[in-house]
Amino acid sequence: MNLVHWLYLSVLLFSIGAATVLVRRNAIIVFMGVELMLNATNLAFVTFARINGNVEGQVIALFVMLVAAAEVVVGLAIIFTIFRTRRSASVDDANLLKY
Amino acid sequence: MIALQLLHESVSLATTQAPAETVDAGTAKLGGGGEQVLFWVMSIIMVPAALGLLFARKAVHAALGMAVVMIGLGIIYLAEQAPFLGVVQIFVYAGAVMMLFLFLLMLVGVDSSDSLVETIKGQRWMALVFGGGLAILLISVLGDVTYTAPKGLKDVDTSGNMTAMANLIFGKYVWAFEVTSALLITAVLGAMILAHRERLVPKPTQRDLSIKRIREGPVKAPLPAPGVFARSNAVDIPALLPDGSPSPLSLSRVLIARGQMRAVGTVREDVKVIEAEITPGDRPKADRNPDAASENAEGAS
Repeated sequence: MNLVHWLYLSVLLFSIGAATVLVRRNAIIVFMGVELMLNATNLAFVTFARINGNVEGQVIALFVMLVAAAEVVVGLAIIFTIFRTRRSASVDDANLLKY
Repeated sequence: MIALQLLHESVSLATTQAPAETVDAGTAKLGGGGEQVLFWVMSIIMVPAALGLLFARKAVHAALGMAVVMIGLGIIYLAEQAPFLGVVQIFVYAGAVMMLFLFLLMLVGVDSSDSLVETIKGQRWMALVFGGGLAILLISVLGDVTYTAPKGLKDVDTSGNMTAMANLIFGKYVWAFEVTSALLITAVLGAMILAHRERLVPKPTQRDLSIKRIREGPVKAPLPAPGVFARSNAVDIPALLPDGSPSPLSLSRVLIARGQMRAVGTVREDVKVIEAEITPGDRPKADRNPDAASENAEGAS
């Protein structure tokens, strides 16, 4: 057995994250779904680094983590700003730009 | 680091026990028996935790499931010859990012559950079908690919995983690394600007508040204290007004919202109990005294 089973786990986590983004209405949980997708790709990166015998995959995964950390900070600040003005964390309530 | 080495040794020790006579030593250690056990254990823990993100009704439960997934991924990285990434995963994700999420959940309100109203009809089912379809598609693609034998990082990590990564980060990818610092600073500034709120009017002082209460408030005097009944400090019983009616103002609105307040009528049973207790002759005196003494001692301590 080679290392492909980790890729299957990564695919499962990615699909769950994608479905979470589409299904849930709470902006914070939607955001957690995005994080789950990023983490799943990280797992794929690390596994491919091991399959190919090359550390570059791990370096890319590290960069993904850095960007995700920056993204979490700004994203959560945006969610909190919306919550402060509209008293709701639901993605359906942020509809000021609609039509 | 000792723990890391131990974990690695245990993983490699477990993997060397796989039959390795026919395959050369470099590839035989990869994906062996111990790693398979780890894969199944971690999958059985992580996939339901990730599904909790999809199906948990309360946002906090979803966040806890997410934390389990993060820690599980950290353990997987440790086992997959990426000790630095594993530690960073647990520090940054399980520590910092999930803490931020929980912090925001507490700010926004723990019981902010999803509204079940669908803006687009059937969107939930369509999204679930899409998620399942995506999983099936990607898994079938993965099944079709032929992979070369895994090489492992043994030849690359000759002077340690962190050294190999540092050579790449500060060599080939040094430009991306520097740009990352600009990104992080921008993110910090953005968060500060978004979280900052300019005060449009000066903050009301205590004096302003008291003047406002006298002018506009429905109750000028301090609110009435809740009824104090002889048997207990009954915060949950409303005070009685001079005409004998209970005053709802005297109760904390938290107790009312939780339904933990008591009606005045229920006090009647307490009165009966107390009357029975203080009526002489019902119970022998020697029996009562130790009880009272122990109660006093408890109250004092």
